[in-house]
Amino acid sequence: MSWLDKIVPTVVRRENNDRRTNVPEGLWKKCVKCEAVLYRPELEKNLDVCPKCNHHMRIGARRRIATFLDEGNSEEVFAHIEPIDRLKFKDKKKYRDRLTAAQKSTGEKDALIAIKGAVKGVPVVVVAFEFNFHGGSMGYAVGEKFTQAANLALQENIPFICFSASGGARMQEALISLMQMAKTSAVLERLRRNGVPYISVMTDPIYGGVSASLALLGDINVAEPAARAGFAGPNIIEQTIRQKLPPGFQRSEFLMEHGAIDMIIHRAEMRDVLAGLLAKLTHRAAT
Amino acid sequence: MNPNYLDFEQPIAELEVKIEELQLVGSDNDINIGEEVGKLRDKNKKLTEKIYSNLSPWDIVKVARHPLRPYTLDYIPRVFTDFDELHGDRHFADDNAIVGGLARLDGEPVMVIGQEKGRGVQEKVRRNFGMPKPEGYRKAMRLMEMAERFKLPVITLIDTPGAYPGIDSEERGISEAIARNLAVMSHLRTPIISVVIGEGSSGGALGIGVGDHLAMLQYATYFVISPEGCANIIWKTSEKAPDAAEAMGLTSTILQGLGIVDDTIEEPSGGAHRDIDLMAERIKLHLVNQLAELKKLPLDDLLAKRYDKLMSYGSD
Repeated sequence: MSWLDKIVPTVVRRENNDRRTNVPEGLWKKCVKCEAVLYRPELEKNLDVCPKCNHHMRIGARRRIATFLDEGNSEEVFAHIEPIDRLKFKDKKKYRDRLTAAQKSTGEKDALIAIKGAVKGVPVVVVAFEFNFHGGSMGYAVGEKFTQAANLALQENIPFICFSASGGARMQEALISLMQMAKTSAVLERLRRNGVPYISVMTDPIYGGVSASLALLGDINVAEPAARAGFAGPNIIEQTIRQKLPPGFQRSEFLMEHGAIDMIIHRAEMRDVLAGLLAKLTHRAAT
Repeated sequence: MNPNYLDFEQPIAELEVKIEELQLVGSDNDINIGEEVGKLRDKNKKLTEKIYSNLSPWDIVKVARHPLRPYTLDYIPRVFTDFDELHGDRHFADDNAIVGGLARLDGEPVMVIGQEKGRGVQEKVRRNFGMPKPEGYRKAMRLMEMAERFKLPVITLIDTPGAYPGIDSEERGISEAIARNLAVMSHLRTPIISVVIGEGSSGGALGIGVGDHLAMLQYATYFVISPEGCANIIWKTSEKAPDAAEAMGLTSTILQGLGIVDDTIEEPSGGAHRDIDLMAERIKLHLVNQLAELKKLPLDDLLAKRYDKLMSYGSD
């Protein structure tokens, strides 16, 4: 098990490992939740949401944004931003080597993608976390790209949307990662004071430093069904309080019940609902 | 082993026992042992200096968590006068892991806020070992916004093993409470000075740590994850914490080199716990000087400078 798997809370791991599918990669895919065998083209058409049990499977950042924005007329922004290994961090492996491996396997420079486009005609800047890159962890490159993308939304006076999925701050950049929490929160405060809408969309999972900064600071916070979001991972909490956690703890429905989010939105409805919210916030005619 | 001394401090503890014994013998018999005691004291001073001049990052982690390490409530009466503690977040509760209130720094009214770990078992429990819950951060925000309204500088003393990881913390939105503080502090229209006096653990520390000037005491630590947590993730055992501490760069020297920490306040020989009054004097001097510097700037310039500094984190 890599360290990356380890930062993912135990519950996630359990789900991934215990019910590992025996279905070969190809035309069929087994739902990790209800174990239904699903026809892949059908599943993709359904945006990777299981048609049988409604389980929202994890999807990559680019696909997420592509299926959310209007077709055509979108452009990637701040693609040049790269991670920096300021500490020359080395544990069992060099951080630099871990980065290279993650870059190779995902084809991304780091864990955040930023695209300028429109959703049902409303111009927006969208960022999305790529969880497969280092568990979507936030170091300098993620914080910097988030900040620049937010600034672009501010300059152009158009709404800013973030789809987050992250294990938290990136350990290998130590306090530089922690300071990205302050940096992203500061730029969001600037948007807030200038009346630029920011919608935070929580997708499974969001923990630690990303949860305690940009993910909870939306004018409107929304989540996909059953997404987990919290400050401390369930295993840490269980160790601290020596109790089993209640079912559904830290899931979207829990967050909604406790007042942390405004809405739970099915992936297939995300476009329509957010476009409707933004049209109202920016005084546009109904679409 | 004396629990009030760390493992690498044991030679100091042994020498101090000797000095004590000698003094007892001296008082019993009329023999003049003053000279001998003096010699041993000198020896002890040199030994302490020698041990402390060569601390590893893991040793420093231990000094920052030293059982005798001075906490916020040790410093407040020594650094400030006229402290009036203010309580409660006005929504849910008063969190004793964060203390705050009005005080005077060298005569000037200020708002002081800090995490308090508590001394003694009962106090530790009452203060949740310095692990704040959402209401703690919300109390801090209430006090900071009050400071802004009444044009009082904010001084924060950071010392926490982290925000409390518990069910109630999550239910009441610990993430939002910390995040909101970061956002508010980034734009608060009054000077903010922070000093890490012990342990600066992750988001729980940062939640009262965004501002214009950040200093660390010489043997304080500041990290994104505890060395034990880091070791658990990488080596699957917390026993590798010393290696993790080495890799993580959690000392003031390294963090100042990275441009994250602005200043390091030197500790008395053998650490702040050996001379709390001297340490408090140095913290006070630091705060008075920094405040004078920050007050020279018009408020808009101060805010612009703070924002630019926040934006620069991680850039070359």
